[in-house]
Parts: sequence; C-alpha cells; structure tokens
Amino acid sequence: MPDARKKILEVHHLKQYFNVGKRDEVRAVDDVSFDIYEGETFGLVGESGSGKTTAGRAIIHLYEPTSGEIIFNGQDVSKLHTKKQMHAFRRQIQMIFQDPYASLNPRMKVKDIVAEGIDIHGLAKDDADRTKQVEDLLETVGLNKDHSSRYPHEFSGGQRQRIGIARALAVEPKFIIADEPISALDVSIQAQVVNLLKELQVKQNLTYLFIAHDLSMVKYISDRIGVMHYGKILEIGPADEVYNHPLHAYTKSLISAVPVPDPEFERNRIQVPYDESREKDDKKRRMVEIAPGHFIRASEDEVAMYTQRAVDAGLING
Amino acid sequence: MADNPKDIAIKPGDFEPLDQQAGPDNERIAAPSLTFGQDVWRRLKSNKTAFTSFIILVLMFLVAFGGQAVYHHDPNAQQPKYANLPPKIKGVDLYGFNGHLKQSGKDVDAYAAAGAGKDVHYVLGTDYLGRDLLARIMYGTRISLEIALIATLIDLTIGVGFGIISGWKGGRVDLFMQRVIEILSSIPQLVVMVLMATAFTKTGMASIIAAIAITGWTTMARLTRAQTLQLKNQDFILAARTLGESAPKIAWKHLLPNLSSVIIIQTMFTIPSAIFFEAFLSYIGIGISSPQASLGTLISDGQKNFQFLPYQMWYPAIVLIVLMLAFNLLGDGMRDAFDPKSKR
Amino acid sequence: MKNPENIIEVRDLEINFHTYAGEVKAIRDVSFDLRKGETLAIVGESGSGKSVTTRSLMGLLAPNAEIKKGSIMFHGEDIIKKSEKDMQHIRGKDIAMIFQDPMTSLDPTMRIGMQIAEPLMKHKGLKKKEAIAQALEMLKLVGITDPEGRINDYPYQFSGGMRQRIVIAIALVCYPEVLIADEPTTALDVTIQAQILDLMKDLQNRIDTSIIFITHDLGVVAGMADRVAVMYAGKIVEYGTVDEIFFNPQHPYTWGLLNSMPTLDTASGSLRAIPGTPPDLLDPPVGDAFAARSDYAMKIDTEKEPPFFKVSDTHYAATWLLHPDAPKVTPPAEIVRRQKKFAAMQKPKAPISNSDSKE
Repeated sequence: MPDARKKILEVHHLKQYFNVGKRDEVRAVDDVSFDIYEGETFGLVGESGSGKTTAGRAIIHLYEPTSGEIIFNGQDVSKLHTKKQMHAFRRQIQMIFQDPYASLNPRMKVKDIVAEGIDIHGLAKDDADRTKQVEDLLETVGLNKDHSSRYPHEFSGGQRQRIGIARALAVEPKFIIADEPISALDVSIQAQVVNLLKELQVKQNLTYLFIAHDLSMVKYISDRIGVMHYGKILEIGPADEVYNHPLHAYTKSLISAVPVPDPEFERNRIQVPYDESREKDDKKRRMVEIAPGHFIRASEDEVAMYTQRAVDAGLING
Repeated sequence: MADNPKDIAIKPGDFEPLDQQAGPDNERIAAPSLTFGQDVWRRLKSNKTAFTSFIILVLMFLVAFGGQAVYHHDPNAQQPKYANLPPKIKGVDLYGFNGHLKQSGKDVDAYAAAGAGKDVHYVLGTDYLGRDLLARIMYGTRISLEIALIATLIDLTIGVGFGIISGWKGGRVDLFMQRVIEILSSIPQLVVMVLMATAFTKTGMASIIAAIAITGWTTMARLTRAQTLQLKNQDFILAARTLGESAPKIAWKHLLPNLSSVIIIQTMFTIPSAIFFEAFLSYIGIGISSPQASLGTLISDGQKNFQFLPYQMWYPAIVLIVLMLAFNLLGDGMRDAFDPKSKR
Repeated sequence: MKNPENIIEVRDLEINFHTYAGEVKAIRDVSFDLRKGETLAIVGESGSGKSVTTRSLMGLLAPNAEIKKGSIMFHGEDIIKKSEKDMQHIRGKDIAMIFQDPMTSLDPTMRIGMQIAEPLMKHKGLKKKEAIAQALEMLKLVGITDPEGRINDYPYQFSGGMRQRIVIAIALVCYPEVLIADEPTTALDVTIQAQILDLMKDLQNRIDTSIIFITHDLGVVAGMADRVAVMYAGKIVEYGTVDEIFFNPQHPYTWGLLNSMPTLDTASGSLRAIPGTPPDLLDPPVGDAFAARSDYAMKIDTEKEPPFFKVSDTHYAATWLLHPDAPKVTPPAEIVRRQKKFAAMQKPKAPISNSDSKE
C-alpha cells in the first residue's frame, strides 16, 4: 500500500560523524535509513543527543555526510555539484528552526527577513511585487502587513515562529524540515503553529519532516513516526501504532514518561524504565519489518520476541 | 477574595455575544517601533558621562578641523621676535592670561619686553620660534586625529575582514590565520616603528600610520573572529544557508550588522590608543617631524621650557588628556548602550 | 481571610515595569494563598506574570520593577516591606527557589558539595565539616549514585538531569517552608523530567515543604499540583483544585488551554488553538483581557472586568459566563468530555483535607 505513493526523500545508511578519527569522535547519526512519502508528515522523535537535529541538518545539506545516501526527488543530494543544481535543491527543501529568538536576524526588518529567499532566487519582478509577495506570506501565517516594517524583537515567540515559517514558504518549497518548531513556545501557541503547519500542508501539498521530543504533539501531527536514540532509529511505524502499541522497549519508556493533562491518569501513571545496556552489546542489528510498515531495529534472535509482541498487541495475526 | 457578584449592575444587552470580527486586533503591538540604532542612541543619551564625552569630542573635532576657518593664524609662521610669549587675551587681567611672566621673582610684561604693539596678543601664547600655540594645538590635534582615524580605519578593514574569514572558514584556514595573528602581535609596535624609521628615511604621518596599522589590527581580528564563531551557528545564519545565500552575502547581510556593536566599541578604544601611540612616538622623536606638529611634538617641545614656560606643555597635554578620556568614556558608554546586559 | 494553614498570603498585588515605551502592567491585582504542604501550580503563558509574581515573593524583582500596591504576608510579616538584608535571611532558608536552567544555576567553579553546604553555613551557622556531612545526606536524598565519590565533583561532570537534582538539593538543604520551582523541568528530556517530578513529590512528603510550581505545561501540572491558579495577562482568571481545573474548568481561557493540548484520546485534526497573541500589557484591554481571543466573548467582556464567581468552596473563576443572567453556553467538545468525567467522579477528592472557603 505505501509503495503506491511517491517517495520524496530516501535516506540510506546515513552516517554523520564529527571529529572523525580524533579522540572526541561523535557519531551523531549512525546508520540511519528511512523514507518519506510525498504529502505525508514524518515525525522524528528522540531525546537530546539522539541525533535527530543532526539528521535533519544533514538532509538539508548543512553538513557533508560522513557516508550514506540522501535521495531527494530521485536525485542524490551529494551529487549536486554545480551551483545551479544546489540552488534548485535549496528552493525545494526548507527548514523551520527551534528557537524563534535565534532564527531571525535581529538587525533586519521583518519584510527583509521574509523576502530573503525571494531575493536570493530572484522570485520578484520588481519592488512592488516583492512587497506584495511579503504581505501575502505574512497574511498566510496570520500576521498583517503593518508588521512588515518592524524588527524581530518586537514580536512574541509564536509570532516570530510564524515569521520563520513565512520565510521558508517564500521560495515555495515542496519539503519542509521542522526542527522542534514548537518546543520553545507556549502551549496555546504550540497548537496555533501546529495547526498552521497542517493547514499549509493541505493547501500547498507540502511534505514535512517534523523533528521533536514531545511525543504527544508528534503523534498528533505525524502520519508516521521514527524513534531515535543514540544516533540510531529504533522504531518506525504508523503514528497511532507506534504511540499506542510501541514494540521497542525504549519507545515504551519514552511514551510512559510523557505528561498527560489529566490528573486522574497522572495519579495512576507508571513510568517504564529503560535499560539501554542492551543496545550496546555489539550484536548486529538492522531494521526488521515486524508488522506491515512497522520496523524495529533488531538482531536476528530478537525478531521472534518482537513478532510475539506485535501478535499480543493485535498488530498481526499469530 | 471574591467580590460579591450580586452587587454588579448589569445592563440589558451586556450578555450579547461579541462579534469577533469587530473585536480589537489581538496581534497589535502597542510599543512604538524602535530600530536597533534608535535604541542604542536612546540608551547612550541617558548615560550622562558618555553623552558629555560625545559632545566634547564633537566640539574638539569641529575645532580641530574647522577652527582654522575662524582663527586665521598660520601654525607654521615664525616670528622670532615674539618667541616664548605667554598667553594674552584681550581685556583679561588675570595672571596667566595677561601676557605677564614671573622672571626671577619679578612680574614682567613679556609682550612689552618683546616690543609687541598693543594689538598683539596670542590667546595661548607662542613657542620658542614665535609660532601661535593655539593655532599649533589646533593643527596638532588635527594631525593626531587624522593619524588615529586613518590607522583605525585600516585596522578596521584588515581586522574585520581577517576575523570574519578566519571565523567563518574554521578548520585549517582558521588555524593558520590565528598563527599569523600570534606572530604579528608578538612584535612590539616600537620595534616596527624603528624599522619604519629606517625604511622611510623621513618619518612622518605615513610611517606612523603604517606602524600602527601593521600590528594594531590583530585585536580587532581576534574579536571579530570570536564573534563570528558564535554567530555562524545561529539559526538565522543556517536559515540563510538553507535558502542558498552565498558566503560573501551572508557576511555582508547577516554577520556585519550583528558584528557592528563589537566593531564600533573596539574602534572607540583603538582610536585613543592610536592617538596615544602617535603622541608617544613624536615625543621620543621618531614620529612627526617639524615643521609639522602633532600633540606629541607639541608636548615634547613644551617640555624643554617646562620649568620657565609651563603653559607650552600644559595646553597640548590637557588637550591630549581630554581627548583620551572622552574617547575612553564614550567607548565605555557605547558598550553599555549596545549590550545593556553587560553592565555590572 | 486569615487562615492558619496559609503560609503565604498574597493580596491585591500590582507590579509595573518601567520601560522606554511606558509602564508595562505586568501584575494586575493578583491574590492567592499557599497552604502548608500543598503544591500550588501557577499556569500561564510567557508574559502572563507567573514568573514576576514568584520573583516578588523572593524579593528578586528587576530594578525597573515597581510594586504599586498589595501585600505578601509570610508568617504575619509583609515581604514587600522587608529590606534586602532581611530578605537575604529568608531567601534560601525559608523560601528557596529552583530555576529553569540547571546549567546556569550552579557555580561552575565550585565543588557541588560546597555549593550544597554553603546555605547551611550561612543560614544555620554550621561548621564546614558538619555542613558537608549534611550535604552528603542531601545528595543521597536526591538520588545521586555514589554520593561519597561525587561530592567533590564540579557541575560540568554531571548530566543535565543530575545537575537539576543538585539544584534541588541546594534549594532543600535548609528544609525551607516554601519551595518555588520556576519551570524546573522545561529544559529536560521527558524521561528525566518524569524522574525529577517524582523526586520533588517524594521530597515534599519527607520534608513537608509547600511548593509553588510555575509551568506552562499542563501535563506536568496534572501530575504535580494539588491546586492550580491559571494566569492570563497579569491576572489570575481561575483557581481551584487540580481536578476542578482539569475536569470542570469554567473560564474560556482554561478551556482554550486544555483544548490546545493533545491528550491520549485526541484524534488528528481536533486540536483547537487559541487564536492571536496575549495582549500587550503596555496598554491592557478594558474588561476581560481574554475577550479578544475568546469565542465566548460577550459585550460586557469589553466593558467591565469580571469579578470572581464562586463555583465551589475551592473553585473560583473570573468570567462573566458564570453570572446568573449570562446565557448558558456549551464549551468545546473536549471540555464537555472532561466535564462528563467530572460528573462521573461524583465528589471531587479534595487533595488538602481542609478546604475552608475563602470568604
């Protein structure tokens, strides 16, 4: 069934190491593979240090990957050699950042921030067209044109994040990497931004890679979820399935720790501890499809155990 | 705590649902828009010391660069017969400003002794060649400021460019460029100046500027590099990169405006140190050579007669002190104005 | 009004900030009580005044802040009137505080043992040896493994979660009566957050301290709080027991907050955001400050400020919707679902046995 859809992004065995060969070598992303289909939202979840942000930045080519392949729209990103090809790639894939205070140049007016992509790619015919495009973009994200001549520090976190979204939308991308776009925002504003992203997805047929540590929000916005830990993806599957019937022990532990705005639930909550030593036993592990579309990183001898879990959860027939 | 709700007078229609479209704009920003520059200016103005320094500097610049248009005296015109005359201001009969001197305990009218007419008066007196000291101080201040400004400008260009490239490129390039800075900054400026003096045969503005500029930019480069390292991982720079912005444009549009505060503050401290260095060189005789004058040569000349004619050294020295203080205090104030958090 | 169980009584507090653009009315008439042994959560968005309120309890307001009016009674004395020197005796000893960022609230150049021992030496006059011995006990209490081996370590040698444990140890070492926790887990990962919250609950039972817990995360509030005060635009708009706030909320803002968070049952597409941004407190709106963002706003909301209407002995809300003459409205579906649950719970379990009415 998923094969019928077009893959917009394929990541094969991506490795992103820093300080290679030195004593402080960091394997931020270590052998990560996943696909993203056109029009869907793929949620990448993990705690700090899991490598989720690095993965996102490697995909958008802010880093030169150590090894592995990133194929965007059928094209290998590492083989984009000419400036023109890279320029075209930059227009198709955009990023929304976590910190709404650091992601906008404090010395630039909002209109120039939003128009940055328009200027770089020469998308405006003249000044009037540029102004019109900026005003339309601001309106799209729920701001008005009076805001365009103000500076970022005059805005609240949620408003700034919307300016950041407008900047990304200006080049009409197909694919947006949202790197923790809501974790720095207030609850009421989080929903605003998430709903805006969802609305834009439908209107402009966008595909999202939604990176976050907040599982409940990720589950809400994503079609599929990948769970990262120590640079590796441990579990990939449909959002509801991963959230309601996690198969990997780490995912279980992560979900059990999410606070729920329900005092009754909270009083009876049991947090599942996670023993991470198992991940470091040097067994060869690969992604195994335990249930349809539901992958677990497992060694050969663990497959039976996960299959049994899937049977117990009713994901597959025993 | 709770008011008694029964006391509240309710009019009919109070509970009509509100038409949200007619409601107030909830994205409104009440504070007036303030650019970064306006904000800095506002803070600077509220700092009395810094603002006074600023006014003093403006006045000194006006006098140094425009004073000769009003005060028509050639700073180099020698009048040997009027040599070493003390200050005399028309209509002021106050010792120090009435042209009188104390010579071996006796009060002497120096102007009369030199045979000067009634209409001859030098506001700050004359030097040993009979040159008008006020004109020379104005001229010397101008030369000092010119040297300092040009040297600082060169400092700025090399330092900022070097720092940005070093910080932005990182890795081996950065490593190499940092070693260059270390080597250059380990050479004392005085040694460079002595080398310059031998190379240029005649020392003057050019050699001093070159000496200051060759070694002076390293501090600026270090500061810009450190700031660039910090800035280059900021999300807004990453955003510009994901949009496909080229490195030179990022430097121009994103780095420079955010470096501006560091650059301006550093400049405010570079200028007085350049003024001081120039004065020092001229004082020890390897700087500006006569008949040109700078604050350093004036102090040096004045020092020779200090015991008998102290005014010849005091006035240029006061100008130098005021200039240095004003620049430093303004620099301090600017730092607070640019970065209010750093204050205390 | 005077309730012997109240440790802190805040009355009619108004705080302004002087800025270049004018007076920002950050706290606009706030009153609340803190009772012995309870956890009071103050919930609100950034700029709602929740942090300013608690900073005023500590006497740690920014220099451009001015307390226009009100009182903060602690043991029958008004904190606002105390000198900085008096406050130094109260801070850390009677009222302690934990901040959001465990990275910056520890001194990087000081061994953690000394950092924990310092308040003991300062406030209780203990000798260094005794203080260090107590610090060691405290390290055990907050769950640092191998405390003997780590008491001489520096902060950078600990992970974020461990550092927050140390911050808690410092805050609690003098057994303060009141602990103010300002978003103590916001910077932490969820699994670490859960551990820290469990630790705080456990310690609260052991040393019987009252906690003021400031957060914007309703999930954390649901797990931690006995009572909840919801703040909006410098005012408390609703307060009650945790069950009352989560299962029987009355103020449209509380509805909005609960509605904008996904729960276990939230289906895709049913998340309702609160539109717009909180009002600019340079120029606060007349009437109910939330009216501009509320679907339930009425004409009176733009004219008169709503008083507190009593819902139960422990539950009050400042919204005109509770006025007897106001039309009955149906809250959003998610709230109706919660209210059904509340009805099913029959009698709400009062977390503090004594729930004396406030007037």
